Amino acid sequence: MKEKTMNLSNAFKSFLAFCDRWKAVIIPLLIAVAAILPQLGFSTYIIRLMCNILIYTSVGMALNLLVGYTGLVSLGNVAFFCIGAYTSAILTANCGWNFFATLPIVALTASLGGVMVGLPTLRLSGPFLSITALGFAEVIRLIAMNFMSLTNGPLGIRSIPRPNLFGLELNLFNKGFYYALLVLVLLITLFIYLLTNSKYGRALRAIKNDEIAAGLMGIRTGSYKVMAFVICSALSGIVGAFYASMIQYIEPNSFTQDNSILTLSVVVVGGMGTLRGPYLGAIILVLLPELLRGAEGLRFVIYGLALVLMMRFRPQGILGWKSPLPYKLPSPPRDAGKR
Amino acid sequence: MPLLDVNNISISFGGLAAVSGFSFHVEEGEIVSIIGPNGAGKTTVFNMLTGVYKPDAGSIKFDGVECNGLAPQEIVKLGIARTFQNIRLYKDMRVIENVIVGMHINQKYGFFDMLLRTKKFRTCEYESAKRAQQILEMVGLSQHTHDYAKNLPYGEQRKLEIARAIATSAKLLILDEPAAGMNTGESESLMHFIRTLKDKGFTILLIEHDMNVVMNISDRIYVLNYGKKIAEGLPEEIVSDPQVITAYLGVTKEGKDAAGD
Repeated sequence: MKEKTMNLSNAFKSFLAFCDRWKAVIIPLLIAVAAILPQLGFSTYIIRLMCNILIYTSVGMALNLLVGYTGLVSLGNVAFFCIGAYTSAILTANCGWNFFATLPIVALTASLGGVMVGLPTLRLSGPFLSITALGFAEVIRLIAMNFMSLTNGPLGIRSIPRPNLFGLELNLFNKGFYYALLVLVLLITLFIYLLTNSKYGRALRAIKNDEIAAGLMGIRTGSYKVMAFVICSALSGIVGAFYASMIQYIEPNSFTQDNSILTLSVVVVGGMGTLRGPYLGAIILVLLPELLRGAEGLRFVIYGLALVLMMRFRPQGILGWKSPLPYKLPSPPRDAGKR
Repeated sequence: MPLLDVNNISISFGGLAAVSGFSFHVEEGEIVSIIGPNGAGKTTVFNMLTGVYKPDAGSIKFDGVECNGLAPQEIVKLGIARTFQNIRLYKDMRVIENVIVGMHINQKYGFFDMLLRTKKFRTCEYESAKRAQQILEMVGLSQHTHDYAKNLPYGEQRKLEIARAIATSAKLLILDEPAAGMNTGESESLMHFIRTLKDKGFTILLIEHDMNVVMNISDRIYVLNYGKKIAEGLPEEIVSDPQVITAYLGVTKEGKDAAGD
């Protein structure tokens, strides 16, 4: 039995190594599949599910920068999601802005939230930081609940318009919204890829590995932690704006703790500190409850059990691993220009 | 003018005077050791030099610049880098990445260079990787370039810490018990390695318990006990110093009574 599981994990390892080696082929292939998928005549329900997967992939990707790369486990990511959703909803529904025009403002307000959590948590680590973030998320939700004049309180904001690109409304029927989300998730992935493969990403990972040693090697750990918070919150806010526009009606209870936990689970299940992790994490965690609908009352029992078993047998996340391939050394600048 | 000039530094934690009135200096190109029994305050001295603790009193001048009270990052920029008694590598990162992290302060590209992968970015990353390879070659870790730091054997991890410190372009390397946990063969090769560092122009300050290492490579030695300097001098002066012998080996009962301790 033991041997069998060893074989299984070795087979999985070589599968991952294979994927890593052929990623130049596999990644474009997967993007093509993702682009063709909505054209296969699925119902709006399925398209909505796929949009949900992309939403949680994007926000998981943002949180991954904080949790997976920097090692700051935030339990309050919904705060930024909420700020982003409300900012965009108010500007589009009440002030008539174009959805895309709100995104810079969304990034700004959400990252203000990021600074507000990031600065006081500079001296905190581990569970203390997680709980502070959790408290912050609750504060934001209560502000949304009680700031009647701005957020319409518990009544929420209705008929939030869909994104409009040069007169074309991107909705679930013409699949435009799906493609907008696909572009968003790819852009976020590219951004995180560029960031993590630079001195910034190395500094963040050094902080995760050993903060004291990072500081004593000349890394301004405080600024980098705040930077990670700001980037994570700005991206989460933008995703929140898309979310508001997808469901078209938001109220404070759309942004409860469940959302933070789900996002964190996406990161952990997929594999912390990897670019592919959030994709698989979101697919599993969004689809599983839907697939289990047949199990009726046992639905969330099975769901919870699956998470527990995963933590027992693959704590690094399903796709979390360390590549055995050699480190990719940067090519000389002249060649790099030609690529 | 000495490269590092420390005057009367003191620090206490609560009521405990961990280091009191300790002065020493290190000339350029020297290997200086600080020794003393466990708990004598050696690592505390290192922590004050590198900005982890701020001394309550006294001055630390490096290269003529007062660095008492500077943040650790500023001190690294001035040219002091250290290793740790209990190894503190970035364990989940590759060996070469550990070294490149050491170059962080000298990688001078901005956020937009990173996003747009400008020529400045590519040149800097390329040069850093090349230099990291050279440093790994120099410390004898080039066969481990692509490994993860946590998979290295103990002795090699210590070398990697030194490589990372070198990568900061430091002039003064502060080594906290580099030979800890090494066998005789390993510490012999470490001694040889530290000498080659000296030949390459590095100034070295070290804490070490392995007397074989200390006596063989140090140009000068300072001895600390209970946070106070009890002796300083050449290795041969130190071994015959009665106070040092007392600190290390203790005194007989009669001696103790006589000392009124």
